Amino acid sequence: MLTSILALSALALVFGLILGFAAICFKVEGDPLVEQIDAQLPQTQCGQCGFPGCRPYAEAIASGDAEINQCPPGGEATIHALADLLDREPLPLNPENGEVKPKTVAFIDEQTCIGCTLCIQACPVDAILGAAKQMHTIIESECTGCDLCLPPCPVDCIEMIEIKEDMLTWKWPYPPEPAPDSRQEVSA
Amino acid sequence: MSSCNTPEKRWKFHGGVHPEQNKRQSTVEPSAQARMPEKLILPLHQHIGAAAEAIVEVGDRVLKGQKIASADGYVSAPIHAPTSGKVIDISEYPIPHPSGLRALSIVIETDGRDEWVEYKSTQDYTRTNPSHLRNIIREAGVVGLGGAGFPSFIKLNPSSQKKIKTLILNGVECEPYITCDDMLMREDPHSIIEGTHIMRHALQAEECVIAIEDNKPQAYESVCKAAEGIKGLRVALVPTRYPQGSEKQLVQVITGKEVPSNGLAINIGVVCHNVSTAAAIYRAIHLGQPLISRMVTVTGAAVKRPRNLEVLFGTPIEALLQQCSVESEQIERLVMGGPMMGFALHDTSLPVIKTTNCIIAATRKELGLDQPVMPCIRCGACADVCPVKLLPQQLYWHARAKELDKAQEYDLFDCIECGCCSYVCPSHIPLVQFYRFAKGAIWTQEQEQKKSDQARERHEFRLMRVEREKLAREAKRAKKKAPKPKKAAAPKAPAVDGAKMAEKMRDEAMNQRDSAVNARKAEIQAAVARVKAKKEGAAPKSDEATSITPAAPQKSGIDKKDDSPAASDNNEQVQ
Repeated sequence: MLTSILALSALALVFGLILGFAAICFKVEGDPLVEQIDAQLPQTQCGQCGFPGCRPYAEAIASGDAEINQCPPGGEATIHALADLLDREPLPLNPENGEVKPKTVAFIDEQTCIGCTLCIQACPVDAILGAAKQMHTIIESECTGCDLCLPPCPVDCIEMIEIKEDMLTWKWPYPPEPAPDSRQEVSA
Repeated sequence: MSSCNTPEKRWKFHGGVHPEQNKRQSTVEPSAQARMPEKLILPLHQHIGAAAEAIVEVGDRVLKGQKIASADGYVSAPIHAPTSGKVIDISEYPIPHPSGLRALSIVIETDGRDEWVEYKSTQDYTRTNPSHLRNIIREAGVVGLGGAGFPSFIKLNPSSQKKIKTLILNGVECEPYITCDDMLMREDPHSIIEGTHIMRHALQAEECVIAIEDNKPQAYESVCKAAEGIKGLRVALVPTRYPQGSEKQLVQVITGKEVPSNGLAINIGVVCHNVSTAAAIYRAIHLGQPLISRMVTVTGAAVKRPRNLEVLFGTPIEALLQQCSVESEQIERLVMGGPMMGFALHDTSLPVIKTTNCIIAATRKELGLDQPVMPCIRCGACADVCPVKLLPQQLYWHARAKELDKAQEYDLFDCIECGCCSYVCPSHIPLVQFYRFAKGAIWTQEQEQKKSDQARERHEFRLMRVEREKLAREAKRAKKKAPKPKKAAAPKAPAVDGAKMAEKMRDEAMNQRDSAVNARKAEIQAAVARVKAKKEGAAPKSDEATSITPAAPQKSGIDKKDDSPAASDNNEQVQ
């Protein structure tokens, strides 16, 4: 009787120590789910979802404070990816957050720019180059097309330009589906 | 020793099909020179890689062979004026491309004088070092003329790790209808052989094989005759089978070695060039002439006199059709390339470019367009004919359902888009179109992933920077507040030490910055007012408004080009 109690207590102590040790040594920093959700988001950092950036939105989704259909730049593809990841039903994009727009890139009209640096402060990815009283310009390859530089500009010299398709970016489209009645036509 | 009669061992590739040849029509007549059109439209993007950059301006007079656009980046090729004339426009024109997009082109009004620019031939190429030879070939704008248009000089660069054992000259031309290489081999085998020598010298290849399909006996004979007695050069007659002209399949047939998945022929010590590319290289080195024209097959049931024409780049297709007496009302579809891998053109005013090997003006009867698409019955005929031993059916299901990762698991990117599977499909499913779509979608996804990762990194760095600046500001403010009680005691010691001096200067700087901020705010307001006035357009210029000079326009950095080579590994077009 006593030996069994002692043996079990000893075992409990040993396993307890192992578990305690593991909890300290293999502690997961941050929430891995947030990382996974964040990886699916388009990283435009535009804030259209109602959160200040993609990561805060990912955190909100992970904690259940936000739905998965609040990201207009990601569109349907992001909603589906999130639905797959979280094993939820895909929802249509919430119209309150905006609508899917073609991809754009910002352009500063150099004649009008007064060099106020306000857009530089607003840009979430540091894609605007310039200094006080110097003309500013967009680093095109870094611009995410988030529109955040538009409201602070006092002279409205920033314009969003749609990215045009060229030979290098053009991709074959999805082949047209055959007409549903094509089969009947043949048998007739 | 050239061997035309000694039988050599030959291997086979899996699958393949035997579509109706339709080659005889266009080989009845000897090839001819195409008529000089009034206008030549030269797109700046005629090859794989980055578009060339125009170096002439509207109004310039150009001579035949003069460089009018230079290569932009490593994977790119320059463009030369095909004849003398005047540059009348540089703007966007429709290009012969499956997208039907418009792209920047140079338009030359020909003057009919055909005046050559001064050019220099390389006398003895064997004494020139291979890197210099490659440079001449690059500057001559030579690209793969089999249909893919990959800059040739890159494929003449032997890798440092692997010795080039075999150089294969591709005279297979396996696609139906196309006979431009056939005619070139019949009529001008010497330039091909000379070009082959140059390539061998550049690559230091051990042996060289010219491969010709057995449906071209005349071409075979003519090349054999020209290659007689040349050491290390072999002319191989291979049995006709589509897609034998595809680089990887031809390498397998000639050497018995398979090009590894995701690999290139050069990985197994083989380099493959088209015979017409060899002829172009001969002209570039021996004659010093850049690539300005090519042989084009004009054929199809709507053409009364189908034949091969030597065409200047930029010649509108309608001019060729006219020369070959086409009944335009009979044309159901105009195809550039062969019937298996070509694409439809929607406009006859499109120009001939470096990759245009064939124009088919097809009638309705010829195409068999009336076949309706039916559901897949999983018969497996596609897997039997796939030359890469893929499972086209599985690829089709996954591509159709947009399950891109699964399609990739089935080696989608090993597909050479030869069209054998679509050809044999009893349900007439456009299988290749699904694979092309899936490949494009995967590329787009990868690019977007890259871009979003970059944006995330930059955003996180920005947050960190903002935080760091904030902390620094707070620390400064704390420091500024702290020394105040000390200041009262300071007069006691007139000797100001260095640290205090520095602090004082910092304080002054802060004050100055505050005033600067205020001044800036005022300035912004003034500027806003000015722009508003400008926008209204009614305000007369006052002295006050002009006293503040607006920021001078400076060199813009936004026209930075993204010259990612689109699909540089996609150079295995079937010829």
